Amino acid sequence: MNNEISGIIALFVVTLLLAIPFGKYMAKVYTGEQTFFDPVFNPVEKLFYRISGIDASQEMNWKQHLTALLSINFIWFLLSMFILMNQGWLPLNPDGNPSMSPDLAFNTAISFVVNCNLQHYSGETGVSYLTQLIGLMYLHFVSAATGMAACVIVFNAMRNRQAEKLGNFYNYFLKSCTRILLPLSIIVSALLVFNGTPMTFEGKDTITTLQGDSMKVSRGPVAAFVAIKHLGTNGGGFFGANSAHPLENPNYFTNALEMFSQMIIPLAFIFALGYYLKRKKLAWTIFGVMTVGFLSLTIPTVIAEINGSPAIQHLGVVQPTGSMEGKEVRFGTAASAYWSIATTVISTGSVNSMHDSSMPLSGAMQMLGMMINAFYGGCGVGILNYYIFIILGVFISGLMVGRTPEFLGKKVEAREVKIAAIIAILHPLLILVGSALAAYLTANDTPMGWWFNGNATGWLNNPGYHGFSEMLYEYTSSAANNGSGFEGLGDNNPFWNITTGIVLLLSRFLPIIGPVAIAGLLANKKYIPASAGTLKTDTSTFAIMTLAVIGIIAALSFFPALALGPLAEHFTLFK
Amino acid sequence: MTRNNQISLFDRQLVREAIGQSFIKLNPRLMFRNPVMFTVEIGTVIMLFVCIAIFLGAANQGSLTYNIIVFLILLTTLLFANFAEALAEARGKAQANSLRKTREETPAKVIQTVGEMYLNEILIVPSSQLKKGYVFVCESGDIIPNDGEIIEGLATIDESAITGESAPVIREAGGDKSSVTGGTKVLSDKIKVVVTTQPGESFLDKMIALVEGASRQKTPNEIALTILLAAFTIIFIIVCVTLKPFADYAQTPITIAAFISLFVCLIPTTIGGLLSAIGIAGMDRALRANVITKSGKAVETAGDIDVLLLDKTGTITIGNRKATHFYPIKGVNQQDFIKAAVLSSMADETPEGKSIIELADVDPSTYKISKPVFIKFTAETRSSGIDFDDTSIRKGAYDAIKKLVEKAGNVFPAETGERVKSISSNGGTPLVVAENEKVLGVIELQDIIKTGIQERFERLRKMGVKTVMVTGDNPLTAKYIAEKAGVDDFIAEAKPEDKMQYIRKEQQSGKLVAMMGDGTNDAPALAQADVGVAMNSGTQAAKEAGNMVDLDNDPTKLIEIVEIGKQLLMTRGTLTTFSIANDVAKYFAIVPALFIATIPALQSLNIMGLHSPESAILSAVIFNAIIIPLLIPLALKGVAYKPIGASAILRRNLLIYGLGGIIVPFIGIKVIDLAVSLFI
Repeated sequence: MNNEISGIIALFVVTLLLAIPFGKYMAKVYTGEQTFFDPVFNPVEKLFYRISGIDASQEMNWKQHLTALLSINFIWFLLSMFILMNQGWLPLNPDGNPSMSPDLAFNTAISFVVNCNLQHYSGETGVSYLTQLIGLMYLHFVSAATGMAACVIVFNAMRNRQAEKLGNFYNYFLKSCTRILLPLSIIVSALLVFNGTPMTFEGKDTITTLQGDSMKVSRGPVAAFVAIKHLGTNGGGFFGANSAHPLENPNYFTNALEMFSQMIIPLAFIFALGYYLKRKKLAWTIFGVMTVGFLSLTIPTVIAEINGSPAIQHLGVVQPTGSMEGKEVRFGTAASAYWSIATTVISTGSVNSMHDSSMPLSGAMQMLGMMINAFYGGCGVGILNYYIFIILGVFISGLMVGRTPEFLGKKVEAREVKIAAIIAILHPLLILVGSALAAYLTANDTPMGWWFNGNATGWLNNPGYHGFSEMLYEYTSSAANNGSGFEGLGDNNPFWNITTGIVLLLSRFLPIIGPVAIAGLLANKKYIPASAGTLKTDTSTFAIMTLAVIGIIAALSFFPALALGPLAEHFTLFK
Repeated sequence: MTRNNQISLFDRQLVREAIGQSFIKLNPRLMFRNPVMFTVEIGTVIMLFVCIAIFLGAANQGSLTYNIIVFLILLTTLLFANFAEALAEARGKAQANSLRKTREETPAKVIQTVGEMYLNEILIVPSSQLKKGYVFVCESGDIIPNDGEIIEGLATIDESAITGESAPVIREAGGDKSSVTGGTKVLSDKIKVVVTTQPGESFLDKMIALVEGASRQKTPNEIALTILLAAFTIIFIIVCVTLKPFADYAQTPITIAAFISLFVCLIPTTIGGLLSAIGIAGMDRALRANVITKSGKAVETAGDIDVLLLDKTGTITIGNRKATHFYPIKGVNQQDFIKAAVLSSMADETPEGKSIIELADVDPSTYKISKPVFIKFTAETRSSGIDFDDTSIRKGAYDAIKKLVEKAGNVFPAETGERVKSISSNGGTPLVVAENEKVLGVIELQDIIKTGIQERFERLRKMGVKTVMVTGDNPLTAKYIAEKAGVDDFIAEAKPEDKMQYIRKEQQSGKLVAMMGDGTNDAPALAQADVGVAMNSGTQAAKEAGNMVDLDNDPTKLIEIVEIGKQLLMTRGTLTTFSIANDVAKYFAIVPALFIATIPALQSLNIMGLHSPESAILSAVIFNAIIIPLLIPLALKGVAYKPIGASAILRRNLLIYGLGGIIVPFIGIKVIDLAVSLFI
């Protein structure tokens, strides 16, 4: 077998093997069992709680959870806005980068608060070190921990027979930061530093190139930033080129390490569910569905990239390493293809190759990964998204077996279905309406006034299907809180900053509120003991059902859009 | 069972009525109740305007013929959906009407009253004018004009018109057998009956109103499903509306007909069109089983039942105990003992007594005895028997005979005591026979467990339903019968409060309980149960308390009711799956058709190889329309329920309706396309 392919298979297997024990550890952390880090972090946490006056032992119902979650996020947003708009004069700005415009600051602040990191700026010139650390890297931690805490609330609701109170939000939130994200970050960033990733507060360095020219090279506290951007499935790079940048991702090992980092927590969360609920079979069923989905996106992408482009072949250029346009030689096509799917299904959004240059079929798969957004998914939120599909799957298959649908002993009724339906509608709504708006403006070449300097077609660098894909990708990435981009799009302007900003906001918090609300409502219901007539949700049949629900709701609604973008491009290319 | 069970699915009369109704139901105000079909109606109206506009000279929307065809297919889709609902309604009504007809316009002999006083005057009034509180008289040969409660007298009644059961039953004032049903016939004696319902408010009337739709309320699962279907509809509205700017960007003009066709094909019209028909058919199936449901919700809940409370007598065992053995004591000849047993039972009209003679298989008149005096059973002596010449034979319960024997100074044999014990512990009832205060032996009576009942309980167990036997027997006997019949639990020496308590206990642990009852003292338990089925022969109070009434008075009916409920849910679930799975093929039919003109490469998506864009779109909408009437039989009959465990059912239904739902339209659309392409 091809070395490149063995490389990615080995990487997946290693990640999986480590994710299982780590999931067990996470379950221990959240149940409050003793762990290795207790002596270090217990006093620290106590200090935090004392300063902020929080009683972490006080249990909350689902509404109180959401209030805590939303209000703390709002404060982070304001803090981040303030730093971004004032970074020019604030300290730790050795390169003298200017403050952000309000629309860019709005987009950036939101996109980091919502764990998306769309980045319509470039790290080298757009932000100061203070912003990187306090405005952005800090959000890498807390936004990931927000999703994780929300997920644990849902776990609680699934575990308890009948309960109104579902643990304490701050407890789960803080533990996610201190016991899970922080220790892993320290290990990963240390490994990155050893491999050449900078970790410094000094400004740009000047080097002399082989040609003898002098050149300025941006640096900064990169290693710490890169570690958490992956572990927290944030994806926002220190530099504009993200993990394709040689200082963010110096070699094949760091590439593997960063791949591992972005997958470990989402994978471990699935197993944590198994340990936490003491339903390991359910966890493996979920893992199975997600993995089948992940592989069915990854395999075509890897094949498409390894085979290269017929257009280039047509020019008489041989492509022994596959389609290398937009890829880094040190990673190769297979690892880049694998990364491009992992980063899109897992809502990380960091890139080690330019998705804009991927083969059209790969582009379709990357978008599909984000349109579904539930194959592994982001830290915590992946399972929340999947939870919605479970509810819908349970509802339809419950009817199919002749019983009012139940999930883990709780009746799924009109109210839960309504919430799940709203969340299921939301994703296609935001993506399609956003893209439709952009497509409409472009088709009519509308003068944009304040929104964009010039006419709408000006933001496209590529005409035709690919231009459409770029716009579709941008809204898909926003709605999936992914943050990667088809970078051909001119997106740093009020139109894109504001519209994607709104999409980001809605598509972050509603899909957290929805599952938590459903879980809270279900938790309040009476527990019904299982009987022979009860539908079991940890069987392969139900797994197929869930996969079908995902395929039909999440994938089919995008079929026409994909047909006009990447599929049209693909079939034209391979005519 | 009864005469009206076999209305054929497409009875001509009913079909004619349903076709008429299909047009009436196009009224948008009625349509609005069904969001999926309402959007189709909007689409149809838009197509009508498009046709008019083309007729008036509008360009770029395709030919007038093509547009008119699309319009007509959409209209047909609507009519098909309406037809399904109307047919279900018509069938339900026909079913109910044939029951109601039996009691219409029967002359009633109403006793005239002045204030509280009954006069001796009797006035003949048509049954339709009977009001609540009227008292009428029925004598042998009369048809009872209305439902009511006997206030005076006792009569044997032939209820076969309602229940199909030919054996007459006894109804009498007071107690739990005081209800009479309109349409049944008095065979002997005379009763006074008070009318308990206002005209038009009987259970049957209520049921007809439910079926007719005016007072039909959506059941909880139906509401949830409607929400889900509405969500699908919204998603596809978004898909279709946003396709317009996408197409503009791709510089592809798309006709309104194509947009509306895509939309109508994608939204779940199949289940949307059949949903209310399925619900009505559920109630109709219950009625076919001779069960009147007071709400659609009750049928649905029946499918969720976890625990069934069943009365032993009549459900698990055949009505009464039967004699199975004669055990003479040592020194007594078997023949002599049988003779004594038979003689003592000669005048015994109880089924137990008759069964003794049956077991002995002798004609009592062959025993020549003179001047017999029959001693009736009294609660005091707790024994019965016969006196003739100088012989006195008694048979009765163990303690009664023991007392009798010992009082006369004789010894009650230890052997008999042991026999009595062993019979009891095997679930039987011992009757001791004594001649002249000396014990002759013991007759064993046994409950006869209905044949096939074990299989039914096994079936219920596989459905996940726990069965509980309720009996007045002592725990020992109850346990024996429970084990033999295969029920999961039993309540022995049950008092009505025990039932109530048991139901509460199960409900507290989250289970849904169904029970059947007839007496007034069952009423609280019937009301407490999630599904309470009252026997039609039961008291008015019981019937009011339950949410179903069984016209057959058949306790095993509960099992059927559970299956009907499950079928109802399953039919909805499977058709939803089928409907949504159809979308895969429809996408592949329509999406390439929309863009093939400007993006020829998308021909690769035309995996069915459809003839042309127009034929592809027409084939998809035609398929979408005709699948509705094709599925009407399934919707009305319901998906067959097999107790094979939830996962196995899901696997089976996913395979048939999920995979089938993906494959069938590929074939269907292709076939229709082949036909359509002959004309285009």
